[in-house]
Amino acid sequence: MKNKYLKIFIIIFFVFSFFIFYYGLKQKHLYTTENSGIQKFPNLILHDFFTNKKTSFEDILIDSNYYLVNIWSSWCLPCRDEHIYLKEIKKSSSVKIIGINYKDKKNNAVKFLDEFGNPYAYILNDKDGTASIEIGAYGVPESFILNKQKEIVKKIIGPIDQKKFKKVLKIIKNEN
Amino acid sequence: MILNYIGNFALFFCLILSSIIFFTSILVLNNKNSFFKRNLNELLFFKFFFTLLSFFSLVILFINSEFSNETVLNNSHISKPLFYKISGTWGNHEGSLLLWLLILTFCAFFYFLKSKNRPSDERLLTIIFQELIIMGFLFFLLKASNPFNIIFPVPDEGMGLNPILQDPLLAIHPPILYLGYVSTSIVFSSSLAALMKGNINNLWAKDIKSWVYISWTFLTLGILLGSIWAYYELGWGGFWFWDPVENISLMPWLSLTALVHCILVLEKRSILHSWTVILSIITFTLGICGTFLVRSGILNSIHTFANDPERGLYILFFLFFLIFLSILIFFIYEDKFETNNKNLNFYSKDFSIILNNWFVMYFLSVILIGTIYPIFLEVLSNEKISVGPPFFNKLIIPFLIPFLIFMSIGPNLKWIKNNKLSNKLNLIFLFILSIVIAIFVFKFYSNVTLNITILLAVSFYLFFITIKDFAKRNYKNYSQMISHFGFSLLVLSILLNSIFSNEVTSNMRVGDEIKFFDKSIKLQRLENTKEANFLKLIAHFKIEDKDKIELLLKPEIRIYDKPETITSEAAIKTDIFRDRFLVVNLVKENDYLNVRYQEKPFMIWIWISAILISLGGIINILKKNEK
Repeated sequence: MKNKYLKIFIIIFFVFSFFIFYYGLKQKHLYTTENSGIQKFPNLILHDFFTNKKTSFEDILIDSNYYLVNIWSSWCLPCRDEHIYLKEIKKSSSVKIIGINYKDKKNNAVKFLDEFGNPYAYILNDKDGTASIEIGAYGVPESFILNKQKEIVKKIIGPIDQKKFKKVLKIIKNEN
Repeated sequence: MILNYIGNFALFFCLILSSIIFFTSILVLNNKNSFFKRNLNELLFFKFFFTLLSFFSLVILFINSEFSNETVLNNSHISKPLFYKISGTWGNHEGSLLLWLLILTFCAFFYFLKSKNRPSDERLLTIIFQELIIMGFLFFLLKASNPFNIIFPVPDEGMGLNPILQDPLLAIHPPILYLGYVSTSIVFSSSLAALMKGNINNLWAKDIKSWVYISWTFLTLGILLGSIWAYYELGWGGFWFWDPVENISLMPWLSLTALVHCILVLEKRSILHSWTVILSIITFTLGICGTFLVRSGILNSIHTFANDPERGLYILFFLFFLIFLSILIFFIYEDKFETNNKNLNFYSKDFSIILNNWFVMYFLSVILIGTIYPIFLEVLSNEKISVGPPFFNKLIIPFLIPFLIFMSIGPNLKWIKNNKLSNKLNLIFLFILSIVIAIFVFKFYSNVTLNITILLAVSFYLFFITIKDFAKRNYKNYSQMISHFGFSLLVLSILLNSIFSNEVTSNMRVGDEIKFFDKSIKLQRLENTKEANFLKLIAHFKIEDKDKIELLLKPEIRIYDKPETITSEAAIKTDIFRDRFLVVNLVKENDYLNVRYQEKPFMIWIWISAILISLGGIINILKKNEK
């Protein structure tokens, strides 16, 4: 008797799976990236570099017209060249620079900041590199410029050099 | 041009022959018509011959680059090297199905030739089931994916083969994998036939065993080749990603692995009759299910290739026809199983094999659910999710621990009953030794979790025990020992690899340098060269460690024009301790290269151990043939 129910169950299960697959086939599988030009910066929660307190981007990205999110690391030599420009950008009042410290050792990173200065309003820790992936970064160094609505206005791959620095200033000043 | 017709007609002829064999076999089965019985062998051979003819027609069409053929047009072009013209034959949906059919007809012929000691009605029934499968594929081939569609007017140049498929490994990967999949069809047909005739017993197990071993060996090798290819060609720096398509190839392998063990129990102890049949059915239907999931485009994976709903629908019907047919036969003839209530002893080889089966089935169901759950969810609630490595790791790793312990002890037990565990002291000593090693790793490496430490301990245990078994010089069980040793090595090297792997990702320009632990990685220069069918951008990297030992790595970016594709060729430096893996990617509209450098310890041992696992299977097949 027990066996009979099992048999019925098995048959019902496979009939059910058949229809699921059948309707699965009918559905369209053309995926388009849901990207209408404007991309919001994801609201991640990371640990603060100095205090190790949990910090969300929502809490940091306030009272500024523009934000520059910069992914950096002490082992990355191009980051050193970039640092001069970051410090220049910091002088502008309409932008707030937020650093994401990527796969780094704290000691080395602190030494780096002591040596080259700290342009960052906040530094968040990304020890395993997962946050950078979620943001959509390729690697270090990389920067994102966000506007007041936390939408990504520009993405800079590689270090900010003289040319890119001018572009950044243009964005920050022109649209102000 | 003429070859298009030859190939096409050969396929039609095949279909006719197949239906003749199907119906005459039924006739012979009913009134024992001896005329056809004698000629069945020849008919099966002719069918194989015509498929071969059709297959070679397609190969020659590819070699001659005859673009009057639609398949050739879509997947080849004139400037492609000859080797890839040939391998391009099965580098596409239509051609690979033809290859599948070729192996299928060969298996049917070979089975009939080699099964003379089986009862004739069981052989005929097996052929009937086999013909059902062959006809299913023939219809599919002719109706929904004919490789011989003619195009007029004839174009001058073809579209080319996807460059990532232009690789020597990928040229032999499909034939070997298919040999594995297709030979499970014989196990499937034979088990259904033997079930209907009430022949499921230890003698049947003994005869079908070699087919089980053959398919298992080829499937293992096939998956290994695919994995190696993914490692160096796709540039992801790993060998297994729990990608749906990879899971699909692993599932039949798991149930086949269970069957490899289960059939031994049936042979030696005459128990587990129905379970063996269920496993045979599961293995083959999972293979077809894989074909369905991959070819229909229902899944979203990096390597689903043909997205044609009509094809998907056809395979779906065929798959469920086979499933319901086997369920029906199983339910009707269920009472023909020999019933015997033999007692199972906990300390016996039989029991540990049954335990192994339970675990393998658990792993199988985890993977099955992880793979098809997203489809169910999407249909039922329109929600899209993807199931990734964390799901599989969480559900599989904890259960690997007892699995490995049973695997270490099981082969040391005797059949039926073990009163006294011999060498108890040895086993305990090795266990303590493995725990000590694992604790050592745990202490000195902070990244390791407790779970992984225990897993490490038990895999060391299996490793030591299999080495100890080698020392015993028990030649009878050599194949099992090699496979088990290979498996322990595999788990061990995967574990050590994942614990000690390190990587760094950065955007770099010529002249840039990054630091990686005590090493510095410098991009020295870029070099452009032109090859026969692609442009090559070679990046020269210098890696220097603290002892000033230099290593030059030259990863490439290849830009193919037909079809226009960019691929990355990783530069890999392999030695017995670790692989150094460097891959570069172009960053859009930028003069920076995205660079990823990885150090992966014991990479080569993963491949070696998988080869050892299949070597065990090969030895077993050869041993059987010698007898």
